[in-house]
Amino acid sequence: MPYGSTTMADQPPRASTVEFDRVTKRYDAGAKNTPGAVNDLSLTVPAGRICVLVGPSGCGKTTSLKMVNRLIEPTSGRILIDGEDIAKRDVIDLRRSIGYVIQQTGLFPHQTVGENVATVTRLIGWPKDRQRQRADELLALVGLNPTKYRNRYPSQLSGGERQRVGVARALAVDPPIMLMDEPFGAVDPIVRERLQNEFLRLQEDLAKTILFVTHDIDEAIKMGDLVAVMQAGGKLAQFAAPGEILANPASDFVARFVGADRGLKRLSLRRVGELTLGTAPMAHVGDEAAAARRDALEQEAEHLLVIDDGDRPVGWIAVEDVPGEGTLTEDLPEPMSPLLNRRATLKDALSLLLDADVQAGIVVDRDGRVLGIVTVEMIAEVMREGDHVVPDEPQPPEDDLAALPEAVREAGDAATADDSAAEAEPV
Amino acid sequence: MNWDWIRSNIPQIVDATIDHLILTVIAVGVGFVISFGCALLIYRERRFYGPLSGISGVIYTIPSLALLAFLVPVTGLSVLTAEIALIGYTLLILIRSIVGGFDSVERDVTEAADGMGYSWRGRLFGVDLPLAMPLIIAGLRVATVTTVGLVMVTALIGEGGLGQLMLRGFNFRNTTAVYVGAIMTVLLAVSLDLVVVAIGRFATPWARRAGS
Repeated sequence: MPYGSTTMADQPPRASTVEFDRVTKRYDAGAKNTPGAVNDLSLTVPAGRICVLVGPSGCGKTTSLKMVNRLIEPTSGRILIDGEDIAKRDVIDLRRSIGYVIQQTGLFPHQTVGENVATVTRLIGWPKDRQRQRADELLALVGLNPTKYRNRYPSQLSGGERQRVGVARALAVDPPIMLMDEPFGAVDPIVRERLQNEFLRLQEDLAKTILFVTHDIDEAIKMGDLVAVMQAGGKLAQFAAPGEILANPASDFVARFVGADRGLKRLSLRRVGELTLGTAPMAHVGDEAAAARRDALEQEAEHLLVIDDGDRPVGWIAVEDVPGEGTLTEDLPEPMSPLLNRRATLKDALSLLLDADVQAGIVVDRDGRVLGIVTVEMIAEVMREGDHVVPDEPQPPEDDLAALPEAVREAGDAATADDSAAEAEPV
Repeated sequence: MNWDWIRSNIPQIVDATIDHLILTVIAVGVGFVISFGCALLIYRERRFYGPLSGISGVIYTIPSLALLAFLVPVTGLSVLTAEIALIGYTLLILIRSIVGGFDSVERDVTEAADGMGYSWRGRLFGVDLPLAMPLIIAGLRVATVTTVGLVMVTALIGEGGLGQLMLRGFNFRNTTAVYVGAIMTVLLAVSLDLVVVAIGRFATPWARRAGS
């Protein structure tokens, strides 16, 4: 299920900067390392960016989050929203102006989905019909059909649906800031990946300032514009863009936390569209077989890519299997290889390539036309390139295949992660 | 069974049943209000839980005849005496079930409510209370059925509704009156229980849909 179009698009996105200024929280006057304590945390989240707080359990990431909506008050230090100290604000007003999503969703079991989503609009006294209209808008925004879902109770929803309702509820009054505490933690990995992708896409329109807590470094790298790695005792170990953290971990702790496979992880920050695509010998269905074979041999290729009238890939054919005479027909090509779009991450591309018969992924545009190919060697080259990783380069929306609902194109091979950025389709 | 006796005493039987009903409803009603107040106090200030549940526990352990005997010198052979005893016995059950109800509300739900900017009163009536309903209703059922039984005992101080009917039946060796009293008491207990269950179902519409 995709997120629908946002109804807030016609208004400029509202976002605020959030600044931690030497914030400390101690739970036990003497002890320094009690779980959840925070020690002298200073960082600034620019407006409209996602900052992920990540670290092992007890590192104070959730405490830090809850100090922003003052569910927890700091022992010392200040938190500023757009330069204003939140300690001076009315706590109820403050909370109503900040979206809050938690892992177990915290949906009210005694209220329908519609009532849940309308919570904050009800608290601040919107008229009933406006509440209802807004709730419907938000349900559509997170990909839930309002007519179908608004009168259900949370217990009648799947885990993924509950998480969506949780996000919708937090967006009710279009708050400039969202706090998300492991918002996708309670669902299985496949649903989580889908929710992450949808949320990132939604964020492109919403451009909220988001503080996002997770213990999963992969999620942090994927979701964060900025990543704050925290360690036991509530110390900030590193605060940087994900690419920087992977390339230059600031300490042994960060390096260990990020994991030995950080070269591989870095691939998840880069997309197929950033590569200079390779070429392969191609021939249309109906072309003369002998000529196509000659071409392929000239290019010293082992395989020939057969495409149809619309330049869409039909399949690979081994050069030695190309018949000596006649024309190329649709049923000749045999081996499969993954179809990729330009938004697919190199990590997903690599994983699909390693599984394929022909280790060259076919990159297609949104109409399915062949743009070029990606090989394992090209990806390995990127890994060797090392440190000049440019993360989060905005992608042209016209190549936004990954953002389309995963079901739009039949993923023929169930073994592939259908709703990750990579589209895998046997050809 | 002497059917003629029943036919000629219908008005008395009806009166006794109504008395019994009224004694029960007042006891459970007032008991609920007091217990709810205590539970609110505990909801705000947890440290009251020990003392309040202790006091109501002590009352609960006093045998009913003994309690009546203590009260009669103070408040006499009156409805008040009967009600004080009956109310006293509901407190332990009701306080524990209401507090238990509040405690049963999931932490993530209360935290989400706080995080979204509920006032404490708004949260109490909008979130905690509705979600505590199933356990509160369960406590009310036990309290109601128990009270219907205890009302019988107050026949000894001249109240007792259907208890009176049975007591007189024993004294005059009228087994029909004893049976009628017993059967009517059971019917009353069962019907009141059903009423409370119905109230509960009405108050928790989400629980009905949950399984579907």
